[in-house]
Amino acid sequence: MNAPNKSGWKPDMNASEDGMHNGPATSTGNRALMLEEPLLFEIGSLETTGVDLPEPAAGSVNRLGGMERADPIGLPGLSEPETVRHYTRLSRQNYGIDLGLFPLGSCTMKHNPRLNEKVARMPGFADVHPLQPQETVRGALEVVNELATWLIELTGMHGVAMSPKAGAHGELCGILCIRAALEARGDAREVILVPESAHGTNPATAAFAGYRVEDIPANADGRVDLEALKARLGPDVAGVMITNPNTCGLFEPDLKAISDAVHEAGGFVYCDGANFNAIVGRVRPGDLGVDAMHINLHKTFSTPHGGGGPGSGPVVLSEALSPFGPLPYTARTSDGVVHLVEEEQADAFSDEHFGGKMQSFGRMTAFHGQMGMFTRALSYILSHGADGLKQVAEDAVLNANYILRSMEDLLHAPYAHSGPCMHEALFGDKNFGGELSTLDLAKGLIDEGYHPMTMYFPLVVHGAMLVEPTETESKAALDQFIEAFRTVAQRANAGDEALKQAPYYAPRRRLDETLAARKPKLAFDENA
Amino acid sequence: MRYLPLTDNDRADMLATIGASSIDDLFVDVPEEARLDGPIKGLPMHASEMAVERHMRALSKKNLAAADAPFFLGAGAYRHHVPASVDHIIQRGEFLTAYTPYQPEIAQGTLQMLFEFQSQVARLYGCAVANASMYDGSTACWEAVAMASRVTRRNRVVLSGALHPHYAEVIRTMAQFTKDEIADAQPSMQAAPDASGLIGRIDDQTSCVVVQYPDILGRVSNLQEVADAAHAKGALLIAVVTEPVALGVIKAPGDLGADIVVGEGQSIGVGLQFGGPYLGLFAVRDKKHVRQMPGRLCGETVDAEGKRGFVLTLSTREQHIRREKATSNICTNSGLCALAFNVHMTLLGETGLRRLAAENHRLACLAADRLVQIPGVSVLNDSYFNEFTIQLGKAARPIVRALADQGVLAGVALDRLYPGVDAFVDALLVAVTETTSEDDIETLASSLEQALEEASS
Repeated sequence: MNAPNKSGWKPDMNASEDGMHNGPATSTGNRALMLEEPLLFEIGSLETTGVDLPEPAAGSVNRLGGMERADPIGLPGLSEPETVRHYTRLSRQNYGIDLGLFPLGSCTMKHNPRLNEKVARMPGFADVHPLQPQETVRGALEVVNELATWLIELTGMHGVAMSPKAGAHGELCGILCIRAALEARGDAREVILVPESAHGTNPATAAFAGYRVEDIPANADGRVDLEALKARLGPDVAGVMITNPNTCGLFEPDLKAISDAVHEAGGFVYCDGANFNAIVGRVRPGDLGVDAMHINLHKTFSTPHGGGGPGSGPVVLSEALSPFGPLPYTARTSDGVVHLVEEEQADAFSDEHFGGKMQSFGRMTAFHGQMGMFTRALSYILSHGADGLKQVAEDAVLNANYILRSMEDLLHAPYAHSGPCMHEALFGDKNFGGELSTLDLAKGLIDEGYHPMTMYFPLVVHGAMLVEPTETESKAALDQFIEAFRTVAQRANAGDEALKQAPYYAPRRRLDETLAARKPKLAFDENA
Repeated sequence: MRYLPLTDNDRADMLATIGASSIDDLFVDVPEEARLDGPIKGLPMHASEMAVERHMRALSKKNLAAADAPFFLGAGAYRHHVPASVDHIIQRGEFLTAYTPYQPEIAQGTLQMLFEFQSQVARLYGCAVANASMYDGSTACWEAVAMASRVTRRNRVVLSGALHPHYAEVIRTMAQFTKDEIADAQPSMQAAPDASGLIGRIDDQTSCVVVQYPDILGRVSNLQEVADAAHAKGALLIAVVTEPVALGVIKAPGDLGADIVVGEGQSIGVGLQFGGPYLGLFAVRDKKHVRQMPGRLCGETVDAEGKRGFVLTLSTREQHIRREKATSNICTNSGLCALAFNVHMTLLGETGLRRLAAENHRLACLAADRLVQIPGVSVLNDSYFNEFTIQLGKAARPIVRALADQGVLAGVALDRLYPGVDAFVDALLVAVTETTSEDDIETLASSLEQALEEASS
């Protein structure tokens, strides 16, 4: 039960003796509304199609250079009613934020407003080509520029690169800006420092950009150890990548001092903005000396996660790094017109409007970025305004602290002693009894009707559980979640072996991931 | 604020539970000088749904939508009809508002869809395995280049001159930092691609050869001879397909010997969207290369009761496990666009895709035959699918702008893609799809003829 319910009503699901409701087997394998669905390849056929298109006339012109295909491709089709049913049935095997609280730490699963979906589908945004003459897409360019302006103001930075396709692509953009800025002053450096608690994308990004990655140690409070960091800085360090609020859900109070020290040593500060939701409208990273930070529009600014993407990762940049951002970019000139600056105008535009300072490191992607995400994010931002965004951060932090303080008597909360958390509450598995693990608790939460929290991350806490409720949950929804979370935590602490078999009620029991990796079956094969 | 459920009473109760006297107590770790005391100044305050919609609609109306004009743009992004049911399904909350399927027991919808998607892409490309998608075609192309370097332990990259210039730019950008050496060239303005020139640039230090199929000028080449030449030197062939609908009528790159096939999937289900989000497709012909692939992979397995199910697998390649030793830093895929592709491809099926491709080709041939009747206009290509290059005998860009003023979106001037190259100044890329009517072709032809006359006078 997951709907906020002030009356306290509960369905009497456990009335039967075994509590499992295992009736007789059905001939279909279905259980009423729990519907099994075969693969497309098992129900479709090469002859069936769900679109009306003319059959090619015999002997029609062919200018395919002798490359025409003879053999079947092997793509089964379904009629429209069958297609809608197939995917509707599949959809019902998914959990989504529309169904209930989705407390994945660091992923910021907040409500996705439907206005944003409507706006993104307006023909002037959805049905324009990226290479249309600029005169025919002024409104689209204004959207990019208006969003860019908001992102700059909200972060207190100097510029923003809009084209990165997702958070990790934005990280790469930021690191490439750092690399380009250093090379522009003839200063080749080799090392990027990354805290142990960082998202895996941080070290992978630095390595992809050709840097060697070294760890920054953490102190007992789960923050960067400032003195140890200072001791490591030197002429070989290109920069540091810091997540703030960090992956333990804590604000880095020394970030300004860290930035000053890094700048003093000639390096740059990259901030992973995955957790910006905690501080949006309340703290500006630019005030803390950050040089580059990506913003996951699909986190803080509510563009839908869509089962794993698409994301969008604009990168805000300091004055020192702004000239090196990628092409293309948008810029508003004094006549009010927003221009798209591509390779061909880059030098002339820079000479005319930026005193010749722009020295882009190049292009990161075809075309100009995730327009479909920009329209959604801008609608979200305009809906909230400066006041609403501040409230977002406050309610997100309030909700997380409410969970932290409602759970810390049951679950080990490694940093709860040091003060409040930000937007997410971190727990470890220290109090569990028997052989029970964080995975078992997570699967128990599935049976209670919740998507579990982030598990085993950050790596610095044993059996980590990172809970991020976001600001779009009501108090009633939080209270119900806490009740369920406490119930499962008590079972874990008591060493309840039944949890090891959970989930019992999901569309599938635990899946054999070892088998999947040992004998990979990655595509349908009729002959297998 | 309509998206924030907490009331002031709730907030007060919760602060009391926490033991904080005010919200500021929870931000105590923020240094005083960085705390903002009110909403950021100079920015608008919250707005109603109606007000925001009005603002956005006004911006939308400042653009000329493709549906409102005879429309002939391609060059890596194509306008196709997307059935209404595709958009309906991708807006189901269970798909739209789900996360990466890290808890497979409650994400079988997304996972089964990804398995179907991977299977469709693998078949379309003539490959053994496709991943669960990348950001877009251009970034998938770069990832393929990086993968080829890992597989061959070489770092000399040979780019076909007729690779989409944005894709080539992305590779050049990344090569500055990875020290890959790029051997590239500009496309030759000839009726057929310069295969022997390309083959001549392959040497025994070459990690990969990157060839677009059909190429940026629309020409369809036989990849087999390039594949053979690459393999003879121990290099991989990367084939790039920016228009997947073409593969409904022409041979699959994997069947022609391409080792890695990447491309843009936007044509199927996704729409134009001013350039993004799009859908990067990535596949390998031979299973032996699977463990060097970037990105997510979905695989089949069984649950504790023996029922078939699906999970993300082989994740030891990925950044959240391998960190700096990962095959890529990518952390998302283009999940919802992959669903749109999956649903649209299911609606098409073999029969629909072949018909769709045939209709595109028929209309393209019709358009080429009509345009070539305009005095001074010639068609460059010997071969093409739904896009071809015409030469106007006059600078193409001013003409494209003039036609846009008349509400005709005539195509992509090559000068936009390759600025400052004399040989390309008069060239126009024209794409024709099933959404193009015969009236549209006539409008383009007559307005182009008139514009060329005016340019002469």
